[in-house]
Amino acid sequence: MPENTSTEKEKPRIGVFICHCGSNIGGFVDVKAVTEYASTLPDVAYATDNLYTCAEDGLNNIKDSIKEHNLDRVVVSSCTPRTHAPLFQRTCEAAGVNKYMFTFVNIREHCSWVHMKEKEKATQKAKDLVRMGIARARFLEPQEETKVDVTPTALVVGGGVSGMTAALSLANMKFPVHLVEKDQELGGFVKNLHGLMMTTKSANETIKPLIDKVNAHKNITQHLNSHVASVEGFIGNYDVSIGGDGAEAKEVKVGTIIVATGAVPLVPEGLFGYKEHPNVITSTEFEELCNKKELPKLKSVAFIQCVGARGQTVSYCSRICCNVAIKSAMNIAENRDNMLGVTEEKAAETGEVVEEPTAEKKAEEEGSERRRRRRGRGRRDEDEGGEEAAAPSSGVEVTVFNRDVMAYGVEHELEFNKAREKRVKFIRYLPDNLPKVSVKDGKLEVGYFHETLKMERTMPVDLVILSTPLVAQPDAATLSQLLKVPLGQDGFFQEAHVKLRPVDFATDGVYVCGACRGPADITEAVSQAAAAASRAVIPLANGFVQAEALTSRIDEAKCSGCGTCVEACPYSALRKNEEGVTEVIAAACKGCGCCGATCPENAITMTHYTDQQLLAEAKAALEEV
Amino acid sequence: MTEKHHTAHHGKKEAEADKEWEPKIVGFLCNWCSYAGADLCGVSRFQYPTNIRLVRVMCSTRVSPHIVLDVLEAGADGILVGGCHLNDCHYMTGNYHTEKRVNLMKRLLREAGIEEGRLRLEWVSASEGEKFSKVVTEFTEEIQKLGPSKVHTDDMVKAKVAAADDASETFRLKALVGKEFNLLSKGNAYGDTVDPEKLTGIIDVATEEEFERALILELARIRPMSVKQLGMVMEVPTDRVLRHIVLLRQNSMIAMEHPEGFTPLYKTIEIGGEQ
Ligand SMILES: Cc1cc2nc3c(=O)[nH]c(=O)nc-3n(C[C@H](O)[C@H](O)[C@H](O)COP(=O)(O)OP(=O)(O)OC[C@H]3O[C@@H](n4cnc5c(N)ncnc54)[C@H](O)[C@@H]3O)c2cc1C
Ligand code: SF4
Ligand code: SF4
Ligand code: SF4
Repeated sequence: MPENTSTEKEKPRIGVFICHCGSNIGGFVDVKAVTEYASTLPDVAYATDNLYTCAEDGLNNIKDSIKEHNLDRVVVSSCTPRTHAPLFQRTCEAAGVNKYMFTFVNIREHCSWVHMKEKEKATQKAKDLVRMGIARARFLEPQEETKVDVTPTALVVGGGVSGMTAALSLANMKFPVHLVEKDQELGGFVKNLHGLMMTTKSANETIKPLIDKVNAHKNITQHLNSHVASVEGFIGNYDVSIGGDGAEAKEVKVGTIIVATGAVPLVPEGLFGYKEHPNVITSTEFEELCNKKELPKLKSVAFIQCVGARGQTVSYCSRICCNVAIKSAMNIAENRDNMLGVTEEKAAETGEVVEEPTAEKKAEEEGSERRRRRRGRGRRDEDEGGEEAAAPSSGVEVTVFNRDVMAYGVEHELEFNKAREKRVKFIRYLPDNLPKVSVKDGKLEVGYFHETLKMERTMPVDLVILSTPLVAQPDAATLSQLLKVPLGQDGFFQEAHVKLRPVDFATDGVYVCGACRGPADITEAVSQAAAAASRAVIPLANGFVQAEALTSRIDEAKCSGCGTCVEACPYSALRKNEEGVTEVIAAACKGCGCCGATCPENAITMTHYTDQQLLAEAKAALEEV
Repeated sequence: MTEKHHTAHHGKKEAEADKEWEPKIVGFLCNWCSYAGADLCGVSRFQYPTNIRLVRVMCSTRVSPHIVLDVLEAGADGILVGGCHLNDCHYMTGNYHTEKRVNLMKRLLREAGIEEGRLRLEWVSASEGEKFSKVVTEFTEEIQKLGPSKVHTDDMVKAKVAAADDASETFRLKALVGKEFNLLSKGNAYGDTVDPEKLTGIIDVATEEEFERALILELARIRPMSVKQLGMVMEVPTDRVLRHIVLLRQNSMIAMEHPEGFTPLYKTIEIGGEQ
């Protein structure tokens, strides 16, 4: 064997491994012929076929061949890089070949499985694909992945249930947390609420322990009456400036950021007589009146659902408002904590009964609930007074005008059934025939079209409660720009992937939870917060982030500082330095290649996806053989 | 810079004329959606014609116009660019840029006299395996109908595609198309969004001018030519050619040569070293 002279070293030594994948490839492509062909191509030092390249045998074959044939790059021609690239890359690394010196050729999903009836043509295509992979492999270069240290501190924006939960989780994992809240106190929207669904505790009783824990935690620094004024940097290394009311801005360094800024209820301007009649209020205002014990005297109450939602002001269903209405309807029907303010004297005056449910009555109710549960939902659309239904204990008539009731999940469904047992009426309306709120002889009434009787009816009421959807915070756009994370169509923060990455943003290092991501109840907000904290802690716990080397590289000599790339980069991974030349923040760059295709000076090279590599691969497809 | 060497297979073509012609199609697919869709297509065993050869990129936004034009120049009969559906891009806005870039490629193909149908942009999600097979089948049939690319047989078309390739690399077109999406969606530095029609008009004019200049350079690289000759082959009025020549001379991209009598000839100045 001749000595490795320097010129010989420069010449690529490519190893090609072609997989039969049992008969998955071998059954439709002549793998032996492809292997033979591959071995004739320039720079191929070794070519072989394997029954299963990804099995122990196959992997050992790659490792051994690298040593035996002094291979400096590897082409595996088998299934898809989307599932198997990491495995083969690790194998290469184990045998001393840099993982970026590896190329994947897909001859299963893109060949044998889609050309099952034309073996000859499929074999020809497999040869072409292998030739293309080899052409690419010739231009590969080894790469080093960058490691960046992480500041082991987190920032949480928003001090509602989700923000507090996320902050506590992180703090309990021993990481310092800065909690920024624009209000003067913690608690978020829940502090406006009266009772909560599924619990007999009041809203304030429910969140007080959470607030106390946050207040007591030494790892949490609170910034009340504050907002995020500016954010510079990238995952692991953010410089955040926190502005206060009139106070001087505080500078903090953090490694990861959680957005938990919640949502606000839609104000139903101009809808259903809101603001025209004092007794037409929103469900939020209803909660506040309950808290202040200032409800008007009630004999009949109407809820109207989906006010401004589902194609009216906003397009989506707000999820929570049906359950909120069921909760409030039940509370009224049961005169919970005497919320209707019926005093004993008053009761004597008016002949109303203040009823404490007795033990038997409770047992009876539970029995009927079980029966109901067995029977399922029964007549859910139209339920005006069931035969067996118990009269509401408070004697107040409660009607919920709805399009359909979104009482999702087991617990909410049970609550819904309970409400119907309490003779809460659920009357359905169609979106092209909305209920009308009007005043007749000084009395409020709701006119509606009875879908079963097919006739117009009216119902006198004392109070109309409008269920409006949660909408995005009006200043969400400001924060989204500061953090360079996107808002969705409806103005809520948009996660990286609706199914697989629900609490991540596409930008590494920033996470999202709670109602700022879309309407959520407390249970959901808390689970998301715990999830976001467990995502945000990964870089903090590791102490570093390792970026794939698939980044852009800028040739300083060519860059004119025009800034076209800076604007085009979706991750703010490019910035101009003092010399007016643009540079890449490797830890922030995702390697999408947008800047590379954009730069008017051709100053940008995409690592591992260079023009040269792509063109070699693509043009190899056109060669005649 | 683009490779100027013409690939060897060109001459072989005639010898194979009797062999049934099979279109050669190259597809550039983004890793996250369309490549995954092509994978699912395989997993679900949806069949399609064997003509396409796929190249994986991380995002469709990576596919610079000059890559597509260069591969067309090298003899591809069709090019498929596949990305995620708009608003589903793994890199958020990548495919919006792709759309703009493909528009530029189509403009340039029109200039070069190559059928626009040879380039197709498709959004295929990771779950649209069946759609992928349909797209490839349809596209292959369309290319079959169009026949072999004229690049194989017509040297003028080949020169024009080379010119289109060069034009796509000019500062002016790259900067315009690079900023197009942001100008339309976020506005300029002062927050004013631009009238889309106006911007389209500006890019159209720029494309035509840059293409013509690139073509002059391409033709005058092969042999020195007069303004009149250039005007004739290019089918462009001579005063327009002259204006381009003046500009190209100012930028030292073209030189006057062998004045024969009164008719000056122009020859492209090759920039040495750089490839
Ligand atoms: C009428 C009504 C009744 C409801 N009843 C129930 C119920 O019975 N049970 C239930 O589970 N859920 C109920 N909900 C839902 C509940 O309110 C939400 O699930 C909960 O508030 C979500 O918590 P969060 O922390 O995500 O957001 P929020 O509670 O909205 O908290 C967000 C916090 O972030 C702060 N903030 C916002 N922007 C910024 C900024 N830029 N910088 C700093 N701080 C910022 C806000 O001031 C706020 O403190 C009800 C909602 C409504 C409208
Ligand atoms: S009221 Fe019910 S159906 Fe309507 S938006 Fe709210 S949760 Fe959805
Ligand atoms: S686009 Fe190119 S020339 Fe312009 S700033 Fe970016 S790297 Fe520099
Ligand atoms: S490759 Fe993509 S993420 Fe990286 S700097 Fe360029 S545009 Fe930004």
